[in-house]
Amino acid sequence: MKVLVAVKRVVDYKVQIRVKTDNSGVETQNVKMSVNPPDENAIEESVKLKEQGLATETIAVTIGDDKSQDVLRTSMAMGIDRSILVKSSNTLEPLAVAKTLVKIIEKENPDLVLLGKQAIDDDSNQTGQILSALMNWPQGCFISELKIEDNKLLISREIDEGIEKLETSLPAVLTCDLRLNTPRFASLPNIMKAKKKPLDIIEIDTLGIDTESKIKVLNVVEPPKREAGIMVSDVKELVQKLKYEAKVI
Amino acid sequence: MTVLVIAEHDNHNLKSSTLNTITAATKFNDEIHLIILGNSIDNLINNCQSLQEVSKILKCDHEKLENPIPEIMAPIISNISKNYTHILAPASTFGKNLLPRLSALLDVTQISDVIEIQNNNTFVRPIYAGNAISTVETNQQINLLTIRPTAFDKCEESGGSASSEAIQYLDTETNTKFIGREVSKSDRPDLGNARVVVSGGRGMENSDNFKLLYDLADKLNAAVGASRAAVDSGYIGNEYQVGQTGKMVAPELYIAVGISGAIQHLAGMKDSKVIVAINKDAEAPIFGIADYGLSTDLFQAIPEIIKELDLLNKIES
Repeated sequence: MKVLVAVKRVVDYKVQIRVKTDNSGVETQNVKMSVNPPDENAIEESVKLKEQGLATETIAVTIGDDKSQDVLRTSMAMGIDRSILVKSSNTLEPLAVAKTLVKIIEKENPDLVLLGKQAIDDDSNQTGQILSALMNWPQGCFISELKIEDNKLLISREIDEGIEKLETSLPAVLTCDLRLNTPRFASLPNIMKAKKKPLDIIEIDTLGIDTESKIKVLNVVEPPKREAGIMVSDVKELVQKLKYEAKVI
Repeated sequence: MTVLVIAEHDNHNLKSSTLNTITAATKFNDEIHLIILGNSIDNLINNCQSLQEVSKILKCDHEKLENPIPEIMAPIISNISKNYTHILAPASTFGKNLLPRLSALLDVTQISDVIEIQNNNTFVRPIYAGNAISTVETNQQINLLTIRPTAFDKCEESGGSASSEAIQYLDTETNTKFIGREVSKSDRPDLGNARVVVSGGRGMENSDNFKLLYDLADKLNAAVGASRAAVDSGYIGNEYQVGQTGKMVAPELYIAVGISGAIQHLAGMKDSKVIVAINKDAEAPIFGIADYGLSTDLFQAIPEIIKELDLLNKIES
């Protein structure tokens, strides 16, 4: 079984983001960038599948400029065998990302595609679902548990009401929740080893897909600021305030 | 110009997120149709016909839609989509699972998690866990939107007289089988639309201690929520998680207990009307957005609050 993992380079989750002063977007220059957190769960899961002898090869793919090589090196340091950078200077919308991944799937013929359930920058939560539909493969979204028996996949997926269990088969597209596993830290020797693993570069223009934006961003602003209120001294004061000042109890 | 809303339901009752989505649909000042895909849904259809803003119900009633998967639902909706300028679904796990498939079938870009509709093709949505707000415009033939339920009121459930029309069930071959659902049963209000939410974080220390919060929630007729740290630690189920990768809530009163206030958690609750934070660490970031902060040991504070509430109730009765 060959596993393809899609990863995205995003502003690190610990960074307090800044809106650009011209309101054209969010500042990403000179900001710490990392692998999108749920994509790390996708990486971890595929590396585990390889360790269990279920996966024969693991490949990471990302779309972005040259700097995006760093998230591929991180993926390989975590145990991914090789990786592909689809080079694009533009930011792609989820539909275009999925179309790009279709081309990579046609080239690599994976049996399983793993993605994070959403990117923490645009919070779209679409790419895996679109990819599954374009491939006409089964879709398993927001998964927190995966068991593979023969050709059968047993999935637990997190839904608003609790957990839903599905059974399906390969090939399939799965999107990973943060609770699927605990991503490993890359050790120094593995970081060194990852520098020697293969990283192919494909120019996005050579794939023959429509990557034009269908959505125009008019502006990006900061949300209304919520000011800190007051500190109360004890429970009695708190309950009085809630009752007679805020009138919410 | 007609707007289609995709209903989220359990074959018996409409989920309240659908009511918020219908209100969002009214912003287009056009006719609204509601599509309901399910199994044995006659009663549900009858009830939905009185929804004030809806003029027509499209029903697809089939045994294979008892626990429908998006692979089957999306082609049925896609088949009738040409009649619509806008197709809306709630930004719940139901809508998030389904609508992007429609985006693929129709070859249009979906706009996720809309919190404001400015006109027929201009929409506002939060990005970066709500730390930035983006206004976007699109000129696509069909607009696919998921709607954040907390950003819109619920529509009136009575007073309407929608017609109903059966639409064609299309069979899609799939290897995916529904096995089951583990749903926590609770008499407390639904987290997504409770008036009061009591949430616990890592400071709760274990799942037994969450009982304290259940007691407080019951006094306030509140829903219980949790931070990701509490869910990851196994104190409580994933369906209680509030935050960027969990549920979005905006109650009148949000009480954060033993929650430090990571930006990912704030993303899910900072639109609450009144926020109370109880945390023994006076430096916790949650105090930066709380209307009322109490820096103390939660294990003493919560029983005391319950006692105070009992006293108040006694005075009033």
